[in-house]
Amino acid sequence: MTGTLLGIEGLTKAYPGVVANDDVSFDIREGEVHALLGENGAGKSTLVKMIYGLVKPDSGHMTLRGEPYAPAEPRAARASGVAMVFQHFSLFDALSVAENIALGMENPPKQRDLARRIRDVSETYGLPLDPARTVGGLSAGERQRVEIVRCLLQEPRLFIMDEPTSVLTPQEVEILFQTLRKLKAEGTSILYISHKLEEIRALCDHATILRLGKKVATCTPSEKSARELAEMMVGASFETPAKAPRELGDVVLKVEGLSLPSPMEFGTSLKDISFEVRAGEVLGLGGVAGNGQDELLAALSGELPGAAGAVTLKGEPVGEMGPDARRMRGLLSGPEERLGHAAAPDMSLTENALMTAKMREGLVRGGFLDWGKARTFAEKVIERFDVRTPGPENAARSLSGGNLQKFVIGREVLQRPEVLVVNQPTWGVDAAAAAAIRQALLDLAAGGAAIIVISQDLDELMEVSDRFGALNGGRMSEIRPVDGLSVDQIGLMMGGAHDMEVAHVAG
Amino acid sequence: MRLEKRPQPSRLWTAVTPVLAVLLTMLVGGIMFALLDTPPLEAIRTIFWDPVFGEFAFYYRGQLLVKAGPLILIAIGLSLGFRAGIWNIGAEGQYIMGAICGAAVGLAFYPMEARWMIFPLMVLAGGLGGWAWAMIPAVLKVRFGTNEILVSLMLVYVAEAFLASVSQGLLKNPEGMGFPGSRNLQQYPSAANHELIAGTGMHWGVVAALIAVIFAYVLLARHLQGFNIRLTGEAPRAARFAGVQPARIIVFCLGTAGALAGMAGLFEVAGPAGQITIDFNSGYGFTAIIVAFLGRLHPVGILLAGLLMALTYIGGEAAQSTLGLPGASIQLLQGMLLFFLLATDVFTNYRIRIGQGARA
Repeated sequence: MTGTLLGIEGLTKAYPGVVANDDVSFDIREGEVHALLGENGAGKSTLVKMIYGLVKPDSGHMTLRGEPYAPAEPRAARASGVAMVFQHFSLFDALSVAENIALGMENPPKQRDLARRIRDVSETYGLPLDPARTVGGLSAGERQRVEIVRCLLQEPRLFIMDEPTSVLTPQEVEILFQTLRKLKAEGTSILYISHKLEEIRALCDHATILRLGKKVATCTPSEKSARELAEMMVGASFETPAKAPRELGDVVLKVEGLSLPSPMEFGTSLKDISFEVRAGEVLGLGGVAGNGQDELLAALSGELPGAAGAVTLKGEPVGEMGPDARRMRGLLSGPEERLGHAAAPDMSLTENALMTAKMREGLVRGGFLDWGKARTFAEKVIERFDVRTPGPENAARSLSGGNLQKFVIGREVLQRPEVLVVNQPTWGVDAAAAAAIRQALLDLAAGGAAIIVISQDLDELMEVSDRFGALNGGRMSEIRPVDGLSVDQIGLMMGGAHDMEVAHVAG
Repeated sequence: MRLEKRPQPSRLWTAVTPVLAVLLTMLVGGIMFALLDTPPLEAIRTIFWDPVFGEFAFYYRGQLLVKAGPLILIAIGLSLGFRAGIWNIGAEGQYIMGAICGAAVGLAFYPMEARWMIFPLMVLAGGLGGWAWAMIPAVLKVRFGTNEILVSLMLVYVAEAFLASVSQGLLKNPEGMGFPGSRNLQQYPSAANHELIAGTGMHWGVVAALIAVIFAYVLLARHLQGFNIRLTGEAPRAARFAGVQPARIIVFCLGTAGALAGMAGLFEVAGPAGQITIDFNSGYGFTAIIVAFLGRLHPVGILLAGLLMALTYIGGEAAQSTLGLPGASIQLLQGMLLFFLLATDVFTNYRIRIGQGARA
């Protein structure tokens, strides 16, 4: 099994203003797990979209088992035996598992036959799945299983997975890896996209590294250290944020018996959450996506007010207050979704700065706005956080993800918060910007602020936090000091393998 | 050829699209007139040029302000809601209710002579009437999450029925020989909304419209409330994060729009119309929606759009009488104006790329 399955030669794709892929060539062999490694914006997604027929290359060509391969649309790619699981699932919440799978098939069999086939495949590959369940009630890991089973039913020769582990607990990751190894043993090739280096070292036979649209190297990841891979990926060594030793002060924020129904359908209600944070401390809250992170942020920011006593700030109950009243008292926050939640996409950076800084920075006098001061504050954020933009009059949506994230985090940090709550502060941000954001959070804590970092990136949480807790089904796990915490323990705190009591892989 | 999203809205196109829309309307309107066997250039001139610069302009110019005043006043109120994503389609109803309430106050004092008190009270009552009518969709939306488009629109028909009822009953002129309709307020000096400067068409409603333009401009550009309105329209979730309470914005926007529409109704009934009649309302509340969008929801834009729209009304009437154009063709022309505006609006946020995958 050493033949080439998919040959990629000189693929180039340019978008206005950016060359997403520049003359990329590499081969995927039969029966191997091939990693595609790179930072956000390195061109991984574009490359995969070309393989899957979603995007047409400007030049270059591909071969599949020696035959020319140029899929005009995903249907053609699927017909050639290429299947893909996207990072963002395309499932309908209100439909059952079997109905969702049928929707993605060319000629769906009868529901009863399909249900039987789903059971067969899920048992063979150790992916327990009940075809009759409604997708809305499934966890992220289970939804991913739906997508995987949908692909496996097509018996693909090349199976593409885009960042599959970002929604899984460590235990679930292990189960997924067993499935992938079994597929590999059966001769299926897997193209595995990730920026998590340890995973790639554990799973993949070869890795192709992309940087700024160009192929940097193809290597055998098990022979390289994670550090070496990271440097190839980023193209330079960068500083890992440093935790300065610091004194913990008094309890600043106390959450007690916080229960809130989710305002969204299929959202997660918060159930009896209690914890406290001290001045100078970073509390890391992990958990698989959709386990109450958004709701917890909203409950702390004031978007979802609840019982007065549920949230106490420096001894004062603030649970009933709205966002502005909490900001005045020093409780600031940064939500996960940059565009549309943390920032208004079509408004200028000055206006976006005004959005949350109006009270603490004195940008409003007697109801009237002080645009000059707002602009100065926006410029300060841009300068201090190295936001790449021509100026504060530009619309938020014109910034790249990393730059906008630096802006919205910087906007809160520069308001000297006493408590700062951030959700996914470095999601979709390049490594250098992520390091800068984490450093800013650590500096803020060193200055005596209490920080709560909600994140799905365990590495990030281990890097910045003093104590760690996890959200699972809207409940908070026990909160433990990070030092001496093992991956297994973390996984169990996150809920272990969700609903996978017996996940044995046959063969 | 394909459309590509701009990184940010183009300032140039924001300003150019209304002009382009007017030109396209003239062009396609001209073709339409030609198909109706009317000389197109003459028709366009009669509609867009003669009322301001033609032989009888001295008469038409006054009419211009009379028509533009209520349109601008109503559109300013509507634009605040539209900016926040609150779609008040029922200004016509609020206009009617304002007129009825204001006129009722005036008629209640008849024949007392105390203009210093009666006329301001009427304006107040007009505003309150429109405000109260707009509060119905506002409260229903806040309390029960109803759709304000449907509720406000349906209330127009309720208001029309109410108008028919009072003009034959409660407010009927006791000396009107049994004809439906109220006393003529023009003939009651304490309540009349006369022309302030003879021949200009300038009455208190026009003054109110100009004040509303300035008020809205300052609100949107300088005041926190205006910023919150814009933020709510641009990104509702971000607005809530910023501490904006959606209910307050809904009540404020619908309330202001209702009050302004109500006042417009009062100024009309006490001025140009003179009396409450069954068919007193003439569609200003609906046309104002077009005016608001034609003016890009910007106060100064609305001022200009109101004048332009008034022009098409007056010019359209002139064209009907002198050239014999059907009334429907004028309505078509006005509809075209909005259509082309929305169509060209695409270029504010998108640009055209010709050819595949142009490299940058």
